[in-house]
Amino acid sequence: MDFTKPTIEYADLWPLLVVFGVACAGVVVEAFVPRALRFIIQTALAVAGILVALAGTVIVARDLDVLGDGVARGAIDAEGTIAVDGPALFFWGILLVFALGGALLFAERRLEGGVSAFAGQAAALPGTEAERQASTRGLEHTEVYPLMMFALGGMMLFSAANDLLTLFVALEVLSLPLYLLCGLARRRRLLSQEAALKYFLLGAFSSAFFLYGVALVYGFSGAMGFAEINEAVRNDIGNQTLLLMGIGMISVGLLFKVGAAPFHSWTPDVYQGAPTPVTAFMAAGTKIAAFGAMLRIFYVAFGSDRWTWQPMLWIIAILTMLVGAVLAIVQTDMKRMLAYSSVAHTGFLLTGVLGVQAASELADGEVTSLQAVLFYLTTYGFSIIGAFAIVTLVRDAGGEATQFRSWRGLGRRSPLVAGLFAFFLLSMAGIPLTAGFVGKWAVFTVALAAGAWPVVIAAVLCSIIAVFFYVRVILLMFFDDDDVTAPGEVASVTKPSVLTSATILVGVAATLVLGVVPGPVLDLAANAGQFVR
Amino acid sequence: MYAFNEGAIPVVDPTSADGIYSLLWLIIALPLAGAAILLVGGRFTDKWGHLLGTLLPIGSFGLSLALFLDLVGRDEADRQVSQHLYTWIQVGGLDVGADLLYDPLSALFLLLITGVGSLIHVYSIGYMAHDPRRRRFFGYLNLFVAAMLTLVLAENYLGLFLGWEGVGLASYLLIGFWQHKPSAAAAAKKAFVINRVGDMGMSTAIMMLFVTFGSTSFTVISEKAGDASDTQLTILGLLLLLGACAKSAQFPLQAWLLDAMEGPTPVSALIHAATMVTAGVYLIVRSNFIFELAPHAQTAVVVVALISIFWGAAIGCAKDDIKKGLAGSTMSQIGYMMLGAGLGAAGYAFAIFHLMTHGFFKANMFLGAGSVMHGMDDDVDMRHYGALRKMMPVTFLTFAMGYLAIIGFPGFSGFWSKDKIIETALADSWLVGICALLGAGVTGFYMTRMMLMTFFGEKRWEKDVHPHESPSVMTGPLVALAALSVLGGIMLAGDWIQDFLAPVVGSEAHDDPPLPALAVTTIAVLVVAAGVALAWMLFGRQAVPRTAPQDVSFATRAARAELYGNQINDGLVVTPTRHLVGGLLVLDKRGVDGTLTGGATGVGALGGLARRAQNGFVRTYALSLLGGALLVVLALLAVNLA
Repeated sequence: MDFTKPTIEYADLWPLLVVFGVACAGVVVEAFVPRALRFIIQTALAVAGILVALAGTVIVARDLDVLGDGVARGAIDAEGTIAVDGPALFFWGILLVFALGGALLFAERRLEGGVSAFAGQAAALPGTEAERQASTRGLEHTEVYPLMMFALGGMMLFSAANDLLTLFVALEVLSLPLYLLCGLARRRRLLSQEAALKYFLLGAFSSAFFLYGVALVYGFSGAMGFAEINEAVRNDIGNQTLLLMGIGMISVGLLFKVGAAPFHSWTPDVYQGAPTPVTAFMAAGTKIAAFGAMLRIFYVAFGSDRWTWQPMLWIIAILTMLVGAVLAIVQTDMKRMLAYSSVAHTGFLLTGVLGVQAASELADGEVTSLQAVLFYLTTYGFSIIGAFAIVTLVRDAGGEATQFRSWRGLGRRSPLVAGLFAFFLLSMAGIPLTAGFVGKWAVFTVALAAGAWPVVIAAVLCSIIAVFFYVRVILLMFFDDDDVTAPGEVASVTKPSVLTSATILVGVAATLVLGVVPGPVLDLAANAGQFVR
Repeated sequence: MYAFNEGAIPVVDPTSADGIYSLLWLIIALPLAGAAILLVGGRFTDKWGHLLGTLLPIGSFGLSLALFLDLVGRDEADRQVSQHLYTWIQVGGLDVGADLLYDPLSALFLLLITGVGSLIHVYSIGYMAHDPRRRRFFGYLNLFVAAMLTLVLAENYLGLFLGWEGVGLASYLLIGFWQHKPSAAAAAKKAFVINRVGDMGMSTAIMMLFVTFGSTSFTVISEKAGDASDTQLTILGLLLLLGACAKSAQFPLQAWLLDAMEGPTPVSALIHAATMVTAGVYLIVRSNFIFELAPHAQTAVVVVALISIFWGAAIGCAKDDIKKGLAGSTMSQIGYMMLGAGLGAAGYAFAIFHLMTHGFFKANMFLGAGSVMHGMDDDVDMRHYGALRKMMPVTFLTFAMGYLAIIGFPGFSGFWSKDKIIETALADSWLVGICALLGAGVTGFYMTRMMLMTFFGEKRWEKDVHPHESPSVMTGPLVALAALSVLGGIMLAGDWIQDFLAPVVGSEAHDDPPLPALAVTTIAVLVVAAGVALAWMLFGRQAVPRTAPQDVSFATRAARAELYGNQINDGLVVTPTRHLVGGLLVLDKRGVDGTLTGGATGVGALGGLARRAQNGFVRTYALSLLGGALLVVLALLAVNLA
């Protein structure tokens, strides 16, 4: 058997390679650079890498080839394994923007008095002398930056992968660093490690389903590439049962990653246990990447067999919104509440996935499903990163104070921070003049246009429930007396460095601008066009 | 342009404004600017605000006078001018311009509003001199003047309605001007709420006009009025009458006017006597093209007018509060105007004539009453007055002019205007005529009673009260108004007012009255004299007790209680509404809120239940993952292969 040298289109793929390259360089830095210099070098490397990749994404996006009938732009590269097209580059763009926010939050050292939010020495057992020493010596793990870059690379690849194997590899590349990152909290380390272990076990479990699904679909179609699978699905060449089971199992893996019910149970535990900067990064990043992969596999590979998987997604969407909204109501911890709210948002996003896919089926000025989901992910990313960034600021003697009772009356003590948090919550609730409203409007409209009105009705009802738990936090901050809380439990706002402030302010600005003038970003999403097949 | 035939209903057909008429908008704009400056400028305008607030209406008056003189000089057929300012509303078929219409009717109103209004502004400088919120008072007064001018200058019903609501707002603000008094606040609220009833009639009428004629413009409607069916026109007439009743305090929506006397006296004079309360009469006269074709609605106007004449007169006879006595009289006199308006083309001009003369003498007497109160430490009880003619000679003399005018003393303005209405009423029907005649007699009685109790008889003053004449800034306007009260009848000379208004309201000589005109006049004077004499017997020759006697007839008790108008409202409207609202509240709490809170509780309980699945054990999570996966796969298979 002859070996043919694969062609790699470096001109299209270089933003992705920059991210992986920086990640590898980070590992080298860990090995050879003195401890004292690592923090500054790692931070600079990560931020620079992200910025270069972002610039690269923009450059690549400008030079995309227009394909065929003009609805799609881009190319399929690396021997058919990676699709660098409009949507993929949009995903890359927002992933990089949110990764930048994540990196800035990772680098925040003022809140913990000169060290980062990550454990001084992860190997030291919690509560031991070694841990105390690590903390007095001011140790910290700068490995988090290469880990984050690997995860980021995995996310980018996940949203651009054009065959099942690449998809699986990307899934693992994005997941494994995140498992590690989740266990690295400086405070409440047992909770953090428990979260990491749970995430890993469940993630591995779901990956197994995913891989089994890949095998079944391969069994059905005899191919890994999405285009070939689509061909096979359309011509109905194989055993239908294999295909259906394959679709189901692949869905399980993807739905696990986006946190859809009933595969959401890891979300609250992991969001709560993980260091908050990691939570912020993965809440935005994982969701974007997984939705990228889900949209591509459902629209490209299984797109011609829409009616086999859509009813299943209808049910999952309704269930997810309901579970997220209802369970968020009974939470008393800010991070868990935000976790359940992100489950609800997954449901809203799934509603968007159910919408009309082809621009040709729409009247002028209406948005496509892809466009709506892209916009929603953008708005959601900004507000969730901003909200978690604010969670890192609200602290008491034991670190971050995430219990609701500590937040009582925060609006009177720190009106600015509480006000900004309230603004993020209002956006997530979908109040007009915030980005969240436009996002919700977009996904509901596309779903309605595709006739998924039962899902939209459920979505509207769940939005109402969601308003309740968001507004309750606002009430708690601004209208509840803080004298009922014990003195030790009252949280106050620690003044952050410019890194966290910048992240929060960009989040606020974007949330406001996208709410008032959503046009440009909606156009950008529309310009991304369809997936390349 | 305009062909005028005897007996025909005139059509509004204005020419567009040019020359001096292009300044028409300025008449409204001046006081409006005053209101804006005074109300927005805040305390920075405290020092000079009242002067500015007085100068601007005077400016409007100057402009109105110039326009009026020009209009009189014009050819009779050319006396309607309209000015298009801008397109106000354009939605679908609804196209409303901000248009003004200047014709003889609005010309007279402009003179009355800006003229009497300016005098009252001048008077207020003295009357409100010690009020810390004087600047705000002038701001509200200017707002009122601007709104009232809008009302009479609008070229369409929507513009009229804008002014209508504007005067309602200004009236509300001014009645409740002394908001620290709960009674004033309550009175303002009451006036506002009762006026809402009329506004509903007005707005329904405007909607119906639009539906029927496709426009709200006087020009269009006056031309097309004949196309509508009788029923439509009758309903329109009744709806407009409902609006007019509320604004003009006519039965059955009269109850707010007496309470409105809680406002400062200049307000009572300007708004609740001379101008705003006559807006209902204006509305009916302006809508003559509808009422002329709706005889049933006209009959309703006459009935309402007659009831109001006696209702108001009865209140006037029994009240000891000088302002409330005058308020009752206002209601009664507006009844006369309504009567004139209800009599059709023969009566419109006289209704407006009486409206003008009443504006003069009633403003005169209200300001006189204010002057008396000023000297009596704001006491309004006439039983505490007496023998004031020597202490306040100017006030007394000017008040006397107003008195002679209102009772219809021969030669005074009220004599001419009321006489004409009685004459026309007699020509229309015996019954109506005799009612009008009797009303005049009652007017003579209650006004004489007021005059005697205030200025004649024994001193019945409270301790520490030292009556004194008011400053000249207050007596000056009194003198001017007294002169107008005496001379206002001049408008009738040579049938001028009928001819002048004919292009707007048409002209129709009334049928010959059953008696010669001179006989009617003589009888009227005799009836009034009888009323005056009776009052003299009761209040002039006998001493007036300092406290109101309680062992009085049922009729007196009823009149003192304003003929139980408030109780009737309470029984018929307020209490049932309260019960309805109470019922709705219970429904809202139990039904709507119950559903909501029940729903919320339900969701919360569901959450509490579902939360148990989130127990922290990975094995449970993995199980739910597995279960979910099974469900997804089986569902996919079941749905697609079944």
